[in-house]
Amino acid sequence: MRQITFSQATLEAMAEEMRKDENIFVMGEDIARQGGIFGQFKGLPAEFGFDKVMDTPISETAIIGACIGAALAGMRPVADMHYADFMGVAMDELFNQMAKIRYMFGGQTTVPMVVRAPDGMSSCAAAQHSQSIESWFMNIPGVIVVTPSNAADAKGLLKSALRDDNPVIYFENKILYKEKGEVPEGEYLVPIGKANVAREGTDITIISYSIAMKKAFETADILEKQGIHAEVIDLRTLVPYDKEAILQSVKKTHRLAIIHEAVKQGGVGSEIAAFVAENALEYLDAPIMRFGAPFTPVPFSPPLEKAYRLDSEKIAKEIQAKF
Amino acid sequence: MESYSKELLKTFYYKMVKIRRFEETVERYFLDGEIPGFVHLYIGEEAIATGVCASLTDKDYIASTHRGHGHTIAKGADLNKVMAEIFGKRTGFCKGKGGSMHIADFSVGMLGANGVVGGGFNLATGAALAIKKQKRDNVSVAFFGDGSSNRGTFHEALNMASVWKLPVIYVCENNQWASTTPYRTTTSVEDISLRAVGYSMASKIVDGNDVFEVYEGFKEALEYVKKGDGPFFLEAKTYRIKGHFVGDPEMYRTKEEVQEIFSNTDPIKKFTEKVLAEKLMTQTELDEIKDKVEKEIKEALDFALNSEYPDPSEIYEDLYV
Repeated sequence: MRQITFSQATLEAMAEEMRKDENIFVMGEDIARQGGIFGQFKGLPAEFGFDKVMDTPISETAIIGACIGAALAGMRPVADMHYADFMGVAMDELFNQMAKIRYMFGGQTTVPMVVRAPDGMSSCAAAQHSQSIESWFMNIPGVIVVTPSNAADAKGLLKSALRDDNPVIYFENKILYKEKGEVPEGEYLVPIGKANVAREGTDITIISYSIAMKKAFETADILEKQGIHAEVIDLRTLVPYDKEAILQSVKKTHRLAIIHEAVKQGGVGSEIAAFVAENALEYLDAPIMRFGAPFTPVPFSPPLEKAYRLDSEKIAKEIQAKF
Repeated sequence: MESYSKELLKTFYYKMVKIRRFEETVERYFLDGEIPGFVHLYIGEEAIATGVCASLTDKDYIASTHRGHGHTIAKGADLNKVMAEIFGKRTGFCKGKGGSMHIADFSVGMLGANGVVGGGFNLATGAALAIKKQKRDNVSVAFFGDGSSNRGTFHEALNMASVWKLPVIYVCENNQWASTTPYRTTTSVEDISLRAVGYSMASKIVDGNDVFEVYEGFKEALEYVKKGDGPFFLEAKTYRIKGHFVGDPEMYRTKEEVQEIFSNTDPIKKFTEKVLAEKLMTQTELDEIKDKVEKEIKEALDFALNSEYPDPSEIYEDLYV
């Protein structure tokens, strides 16, 4: 199968869907003339023009707010957040307006829009350009949250997001942009809300998503050498998350570890752990384990940043100790 | 003053009295404990929503504020469903999920009241962006108060609308009170419309208590915006007669002060005196409209009171598509 980068996969998804639906347009800072800060929009204006791929003022509240207004008036806007960290600037628009409009107006309308949010640590980008903030949105009813981990899912999930009538937040990891992966030719969708059993195993379930899937695979490889067969689940979508897939796997393996790059405390792992504890505690042979970042902002200096990152050797060791 | 058709004069009076009587009814039932939550009344500001919405169609959009009953009624929303929503009934526009602060009727282009002060600027701007992309001959209107012009959303929206030449009209209802604070103690300008200059935006100030002035000012705005020259800023000077919310002890001003101002600014009184003095309408015509409004208010009240509350099982409905 052909190999393309995660970034090219998102570009294909955008172009294919924009060709099909003239109501889709995208706006954000530096996306049209510059092609996006990570090049993820390069070439899009050449085909669709500056009316469909719009450079905006540095006005995050207006970017999200105007996308909401345009969605209410019949369009299907896409907002690029430049960095996920800047979602904080537009938080009222995201959680008080976008997320609530359908519900608080009694289902009179829909808000079909996609918020694209490049997230995660890159190279010493420090505290305000490195965050993974997906767990915030697990606590906000009304939004869909997707977190692709590879090029194929990046395309299939983005296409699904663009066709969804709910507001979708699409977290795209900055390091993953350059990663190549097998991407099928032609039309396909990855459904929202369905996890992917990325590797089958019998001894422990490792749940992850986005960039941390790499750590999940590395951990599984190390454990395999010790004779521990880990099942690796890629959640793909955080809201709604695939409860069925999680329970099915845990009931089979009797052990659970959750790995994400975001801060561990109050993170996605906390929700998954609580869900499994509530619904399948009797199946577990060992305590649930969560792996995430320390409870600090992302530090700048290389040794500090390195220490902040997930370490699959350490994770595997801690898991092994529980066997 | 331009010449007005009898039909338009009747509409002005009908809409203003309808809003006034609706708000008085809501106030009474809120104080009686029949309406839950909290409500913000539009009494004294009726001429603005009426004068603006008289020139709009259902295909034009408005974004409203937390003081949104008047805008909703002026835009033509079904009174029964507005009343039922405020009572928290399932027959209301939002099936009892929104209430007073989230009243909306998308079928007439009313994109919702907003519980967040300054939450509507960007929504109206975005709706205007859609209108421009769809090449429609419509406009979008953001109603807002003097207080919300201190929000960042105001400045981001105005800049975006101006630079993209969007068909949006920002209608400032300068009622001189930002919640319980006199606006001049927290706002750097006397005329909010002065801020439009910073965004290269055309603007105009009108007497917000005079429905004719509002109507004519808005028509000018509409013509300007429809030429494609970009947004327009209309500031309507008015005064908030009621407290910030029903039940507000109003420690910040005296009843006498308010009454004195209201006796000079009441837009319905001003309208009535003018049309009678200039023989544009007769007392009989005014009375007929009043009677019609009373019937509609009673019907809306009966509808709301006799409607069911939502069933607890409906809590999960209408979250996702």
